[in-house]
Amino acid sequence: MSAARVGVVTFPGTLDDQDAARAVRHAGGEAVPLWHADPDLKGVDAVFLPGGFSYGDYLRCGAISRFAPLMEELIPAARAGLPVLGTCNGFQILCEAHLLPGALMRNAGLHYICRDQGIRVENTATPWTSDFTEGQEIVLPIKHGEGRYVADEATLAALEANGQVVFRYAGGNPNGSLNDIAGIRNEAGNVVGLMPHPEHAVEDLTGAPSTDGRGFFTSILKKLVNT
Amino acid sequence: MSPSPALDTVKRAADTPDERQPYAELGMKRDEYDRVRDILGRRPTSSELAIYSVMWSEHCSYKSSKVHLRQFGTKAPKSDALLVGMGENAGVVDIGDGWAATFKIESHNHPSYVEPHQGAATGVGGIVRDIMSMGARPIAVMDSLRFGGADQPDTRRVLPGVVEGISHYGNCLGLPNIGGEVVFDPCYIGNPLVNALCVGLLRKDQIKLATAPGPGNKVVLFGALTGPDGIGGASVLASATFEDESQAKRPSVQVGDPFMEKLLIECCLELYQADVVVGIQDLGAAGVSCATTELAAKGTGGMDVRLDLVPLRDPSLRPEEILMSESQERMMAVVSPDDIDAFMAICAKWDIPATVIGEVTDTGRLVMTWHGETIVDIPPGTAADEGPVYERPFTEPAGQAALNADSPAELPRPEDLRAALLQLLGSPNLASKEWVTSQYDRYVRGNTVLAQPADAGLLRVSEAMPGAEETTRGIALATDGNGRYARLDPYAGAQLALSEAYRNVAVTGATPLAVTNCLNFGSPEDPEVMWQFAEAVRGLADACKALGVPVTGGNVSFYNQTGSAAIHPTPVVGVLGVIDDVAKRVPSGFTGEGDRVVLLGETREEFGGSEWAHVAHGHLGGLPPAADLEAERALALVLTEAASRGLLTGSHDLSDGGLAIALAEACLARGIGCAVSLPGDDAFADLFSESAARALVTVRPESFDALAELCAAHEVPCYGLGGTGGASLAVEGVLEIPVDELREVHTGALPAIFG
Repeated sequence: MSAARVGVVTFPGTLDDQDAARAVRHAGGEAVPLWHADPDLKGVDAVFLPGGFSYGDYLRCGAISRFAPLMEELIPAARAGLPVLGTCNGFQILCEAHLLPGALMRNAGLHYICRDQGIRVENTATPWTSDFTEGQEIVLPIKHGEGRYVADEATLAALEANGQVVFRYAGGNPNGSLNDIAGIRNEAGNVVGLMPHPEHAVEDLTGAPSTDGRGFFTSILKKLVNT
Repeated sequence: MSPSPALDTVKRAADTPDERQPYAELGMKRDEYDRVRDILGRRPTSSELAIYSVMWSEHCSYKSSKVHLRQFGTKAPKSDALLVGMGENAGVVDIGDGWAATFKIESHNHPSYVEPHQGAATGVGGIVRDIMSMGARPIAVMDSLRFGGADQPDTRRVLPGVVEGISHYGNCLGLPNIGGEVVFDPCYIGNPLVNALCVGLLRKDQIKLATAPGPGNKVVLFGALTGPDGIGGASVLASATFEDESQAKRPSVQVGDPFMEKLLIECCLELYQADVVVGIQDLGAAGVSCATTELAAKGTGGMDVRLDLVPLRDPSLRPEEILMSESQERMMAVVSPDDIDAFMAICAKWDIPATVIGEVTDTGRLVMTWHGETIVDIPPGTAADEGPVYERPFTEPAGQAALNADSPAELPRPEDLRAALLQLLGSPNLASKEWVTSQYDRYVRGNTVLAQPADAGLLRVSEAMPGAEETTRGIALATDGNGRYARLDPYAGAQLALSEAYRNVAVTGATPLAVTNCLNFGSPEDPEVMWQFAEAVRGLADACKALGVPVTGGNVSFYNQTGSAAIHPTPVVGVLGVIDDVAKRVPSGFTGEGDRVVLLGETREEFGGSEWAHVAHGHLGGLPPAADLEAERALALVLTEAASRGLLTGSHDLSDGGLAIALAEACLARGIGCAVSLPGDDAFADLFSESAARALVTVRPESFDALAELCAAHEVPCYGLGGTGGASLAVEGVLEIPVDELREVHTGALPAIFG
């Protein structure tokens, strides 16, 4: 049986692609590099949009990336059910591409923050979170200057009502996100975006003092192997 | 609108030998100008004057420091690890398994005072390009920062801007920031220090050098467009008359674009992998002037350049301004004509503008034309390597003896040692720097094993590169420097800076291998400052020899003074070390309950320049702690061997604030307390003395004897102080402080000042 193939997208200015690919390989998957100008998705089974400052975050975080050639393939594929995970800048791109509702604004404290953050898993009905238990508290690093999640009241109410809030900050809200939201999913559940970085919390030796990020990668690989 | 000046061609220069030239406005002395005339056999053109004035500046030519810096070569210890030494963009060190590391520290002090955000940001950008130009992938940065007093109003302007500049530029480049220092002292209020270090990784057989060999090879300028950035004095050359005041004000500080730099990094690495680069040089200070003269001087000896082909952001720029522009994010490569298409294709993939502006020749002349007319025709070595060299006079400062006689021994000692510890722990220099470091990404690239507040940053060696072998190795890096020690004794102060960085690398379990340094001083024209400089260099060179770690490169920053008030002499030293098995690294601080807490090294009553004297009494006098290099070396051997045998569960170096602060920080690392008793009968000296060559380690109880034996073999004093555990720092018969209280004092200080 061949390993499940997870595409890792690199835009100009993407930074965490190497880490994301390593995390996929650690969990037993095959990481397939996808370049922003590629015309197709190389037949991958899932896509990881890593963090960074794609296109320098010029104009607005993620605002230019959503128009990259690869996104023309990715957006319809995601709407058709392809599992997609966006972390940090990847989350911002998913919002700009309207695959997820709402937006990420400048942190309430106005500073970039890098710290190990408590996160509560609120929803496990996604291909990226099935290995967690609901209410489980995990530790993942955050590192962003624009991670304050906002959405209008109706959208927020719908997210809460539909169980689309997947992660909430625990032990202090670092950036002023509404409802302490750290990550959300689309209605179908295949597209998940979050500000924290699971790919920096998969090894004992390096990164955050936690390996809680492994759950994302084991979740998706189990899902891909079983379907 | 003033008229454009006539183009000053070589022919015109020959025809108008007596035309007055603004050499003084460009910072040149009369005899330096006369030497240029001698070299050329005529007056220089204004473009040539631009080149010589900037290449012979203190910043580029090291004219005041050169005679002293030679000691780093003549006294260099023999080292098999050194692959590239001083004189290139950065030194390169063999770290084993076919891997090499390149690292360097450089100052960006003056721009960071003028415009803190951009000054600090472009400081990071500049050092990263130095590392790139060695053929390496930059893998981490760190910063050694000095500010005025934390409570001085201007510090609230400078510090947030500097931190934000480093944060934005470094984070956007995707380089983890893994360490460094933040120190406050009123002496830096008008002259903050921003010293940026970068480390890169490469395969040992893929080192690139700044050289332009092979006549017919193409000279390519690539990266950002050239604009009127940081050209300051050059505008005097571009105006019709020297008195012309209508010219636009040109900015003296550059503006960085980290996104362009990130693309440039990836582009360069792809160019290296495709093997289409013969020689490469980054454009930093002195821009095109520096890159062309240095590349040509180190290559076949000649180069023809069409200056009008340089792509411009501002089409009105004159040739003199193009030559002096310090626009950021630019590189210059020498490329074989056969590879030029492949080179251009890779640049296009990364959307990097690239332009062939000239070619290598064997004429021994650097010739530049502007729309067909020759405006520069010089032997490039005369600008790049044969600048003036000064043996500046130096003399011991008038007040030095009185300063050294003002011993801290008479200072009243605190009766309440608990309060004294808390006062120190909450003072700006010893308080948690999380307010600063939480603005830096320390995780990106996924290889960070240790980062601030650990004693040293430690990275796993793991990069996807052609021919790369799997390795278990890691590299450790630390920077240190103590201006107060150096003020009291610059010779010892420089040695203590090296000692501390060396020790900080060793406490992680890594073996120190090589040194970089950034020497921050006042004006070299002041003989008393020059004495400080000469003593510091002599001290550092002697210490490098004693510890067996060669200097691989660095930077001198003079003129850090306002009026006649110079900063404390501040040699900042960076040390790089290697650990063979990175999984055996020793974490910083206490890692578990029930461990034995052990103090290594000898404590003497040493309070000159100490943090206690500074905080409690605002006192600076006497002599700094003794720099005992033999003891330092023995301690490092114990630490690295104990680490490789797996004896240590945690470690921490003793430095500012002594044992008291080391114990508090060890507790704070993971919220684990300890109960200890002091080895001597003078609790105050035991707790707060700053004797060098000491470290705090923890071992499982069953490993204590093995550690003690190892210490005995290396003649390192070893004292079992007690054990870890509990929720407070308890020193028997002296003090007890809950860890929560320590944390509140430690983490609350900087946010209270900076918000």
